[in-house]
Amino acid sequence: MIAELSHAALALAFALAVAQTFFSLWGARQGDQRLMTVPPITAFGVLAFTAASFAGLTYLYVTSDFSVANVYANSHSAKPLLYKFTGVWGNHEGSMLLWALVLAIFSALIGAFAGNLPPRLRANVLGVQGSIAAIFILFILTTSNPFLRLEIAPAQGQGLNPVLQDIGLALHPPLLYLGYVGCSVAFSFAVAALIEGRIDAAWARWVRPWTLTAWLFLTLGIAMGSYWAYYELGWGGYWFWDPVENASLMPWIAATALLHSAVVMEKRDALKIWTVLLALLTFSLSLLGTFLVRSGVLTSVHTFASDPTRGVFILCILIFFVGGALALFALRVAELKPGGIFAPISREGALLLNNLFLSAICATVFTGTLYPLLLESLTGEKISVGAPFFNATVGPLALLLIAIMPAGPLLAWKRGDAAAVAVKLSLAAAVALIVSIGVLATQGAPLYPMIALATGIFAVAGAITEYATRIALLRVPAAESFSRARGLPRSSLGTLLAHLGVGLSLIGVAAEGGWSVEKIAAVKPGESISVSGFDLRFRQWAERKGENYRDIAAIFEVRRDGVFVTELAPAKRIFVMRGQQTTEAGIETFGLGQLYLSIGDPSPDQSVALRAYWKPLVLLIWLGTVVMALGAALSLSDRRLRIGVPKAASKKKLEAVPAE
Amino acid sequence: MTRKQRRLTSIAIAGVVLALAVALTLSALRDSITFFATPSELALNPPPPGKRLRIGGLVKEGSIVKDGVLVRFEVTDGAQSVPVRYQGMLPDLFREKQGVVAEGTLANGVFMARTILAKHDEYYMPREVVDALKDKGVWKHNEGAKK
Repeated sequence: MIAELSHAALALAFALAVAQTFFSLWGARQGDQRLMTVPPITAFGVLAFTAASFAGLTYLYVTSDFSVANVYANSHSAKPLLYKFTGVWGNHEGSMLLWALVLAIFSALIGAFAGNLPPRLRANVLGVQGSIAAIFILFILTTSNPFLRLEIAPAQGQGLNPVLQDIGLALHPPLLYLGYVGCSVAFSFAVAALIEGRIDAAWARWVRPWTLTAWLFLTLGIAMGSYWAYYELGWGGYWFWDPVENASLMPWIAATALLHSAVVMEKRDALKIWTVLLALLTFSLSLLGTFLVRSGVLTSVHTFASDPTRGVFILCILIFFVGGALALFALRVAELKPGGIFAPISREGALLLNNLFLSAICATVFTGTLYPLLLESLTGEKISVGAPFFNATVGPLALLLIAIMPAGPLLAWKRGDAAAVAVKLSLAAAVALIVSIGVLATQGAPLYPMIALATGIFAVAGAITEYATRIALLRVPAAESFSRARGLPRSSLGTLLAHLGVGLSLIGVAAEGGWSVEKIAAVKPGESISVSGFDLRFRQWAERKGENYRDIAAIFEVRRDGVFVTELAPAKRIFVMRGQQTTEAGIETFGLGQLYLSIGDPSPDQSVALRAYWKPLVLLIWLGTVVMALGAALSLSDRRLRIGVPKAASKKKLEAVPAE
Repeated sequence: MTRKQRRLTSIAIAGVVLALAVALTLSALRDSITFFATPSELALNPPPPGKRLRIGGLVKEGSIVKDGVLVRFEVTDGAQSVPVRYQGMLPDLFREKQGVVAEGTLANGVFMARTILAKHDEYYMPREVVDALKDKGVWKHNEGAKK
């Protein structure tokens, strides 16, 4: 009964989304005030019914109703309760339903918060949102129905892929979807602006908080996925340049560019056409990501059993939205008034440079990700483009970008003073140089990680320099510096934190890449090996039982300078139900570095292949992303950016500033 | 600066960044990509020694020999097979008669693997391997890849 009701709720959500699209777009076109009051209400309706449908599926999972095909294929009554919840989106159908739910949440938020948008713009935005929701729900209903019943209900389900039975599944997909789908808001705003044929600085002001929200979640989602892969797959790697990872990275890069260009548009009324194009491209890349992951073009842990009709349907969605939006853009671009031209050495000049580099990086990732698919479909030749390609292309571009990043916020608007900025940053550069020389002297240095490390330190020191400059540290009495620090707008602090986070992550990436120590050896109980000052003694094999698995663990005693520090138990985890096994790494954190052990299959003679890593500063990679996200959150809490701050006043003020 | 100079400067900077990206991409496409070959293709058309490539097929039954962390096995596509040497940890779903993809170089007829690609799921068969096996008629539909 619940399955049928949930199915019906989803069908109703579809009907409401269609109505929302029609009423909004038609009402906006006719200028019909009464019609234009409908969309915020339908947006809540779509949310209510999608949420009901999602709650229904969750109920079916939690109660292990195996008469539903989706639950049968992906759940098991002995599965821990947490995974009964998270297993809802640990499969194709459920994850698409989550996608639709997140979209409905964003539409409803627009309905709730966009009260003081011009009614026509709001109607158009909700109309576009409605059309996205309608098409995706139609996709679920026709090709990926999670509520299909089996003719005969089996007594037991098949269980969830063990790799997914982790707390990571509770966090990674919802965060990532909030990011992916959050990009749809900027897209809808861009399409709405194109429909009206009018864009101004106020538009950027409305779009930025939504983009910032999406960016925040996307950042955390990607970082969470990276950490999950790091500890779960037992390879000790945190980023594999897998096409599916790139699919999430591309919208992130585009959204980062969008955040920066929207600042120029808001403050200087320039880069307008470019910003609108970026808003279209960001969500297009999200859709491309959805297509790559969900169509079965690629095979990876993210793609569940694939079905060709789904691929074709998503491809059609992709072509419809991306093609439609770009066609509309091409049609209207001539009518849009371009913004001003500005001096290369200025804040806006730096932001433009940021956009150039981010676009180049995004295009490179795009090429590396899609070239193998293209080549194979054209010539049948199979190639793989992996880490060596991206390290050689994205690496240098990103390093250059991060090296100029600290200068940006120090430059003044309109006309910056490059020499003064160079003087301000000289201390930061000196710090980066001295620390690098110190590392070189004591640790030895591979060239590429050394450059990355120096750049990362420069970025961190640069962010601190910026803070010191803003509060005029040491130049004015301490009390005044303190009051200046309190008076700093949160959006500037947010920028500062985000840039600081980038530097921290880069230091982590550089340290992990350049100074990790790896050891692979076969060890028997009683034997010891040492890695980077740690002595690891394999004490014994141990067996542990979990709710639906058993672990065969190798217990290692870890000693440093002869002193016992801890015990690590890397293991093979065997899931009895599916006869599958996973690798559970044994990880211990020392400061910001980690000791990482994983084992192979036990041999008949009791020995085992052990892979032991010492990864210095590795935690900075993810801590840096958390700092970036904190920066975004702080910026969002700034009153000036708050969604729907009186737009009339700001518009007038901006019109008064002549565009250069 | 005049308006025209500003415009030209912006365009010049954009040109430089773009050229840099294109140059890096082209050189990386020449040096850093890896081709995929089946054991039959390797036998027919052996690559120059030291060239990195990927091979794929099934792990031949009874061919796995472990010696500490050193593993030897053969990859077969039904018609031809290649001996592989690998030092390190094998992925969880590495089994006889299962699909496998190895990346490395060919030296004196032995494939020195640097990485053995993991499968995440028992249903997942690397797509390259599926195609290779279909070519040789070894692939039976509904075997593995789909539920």
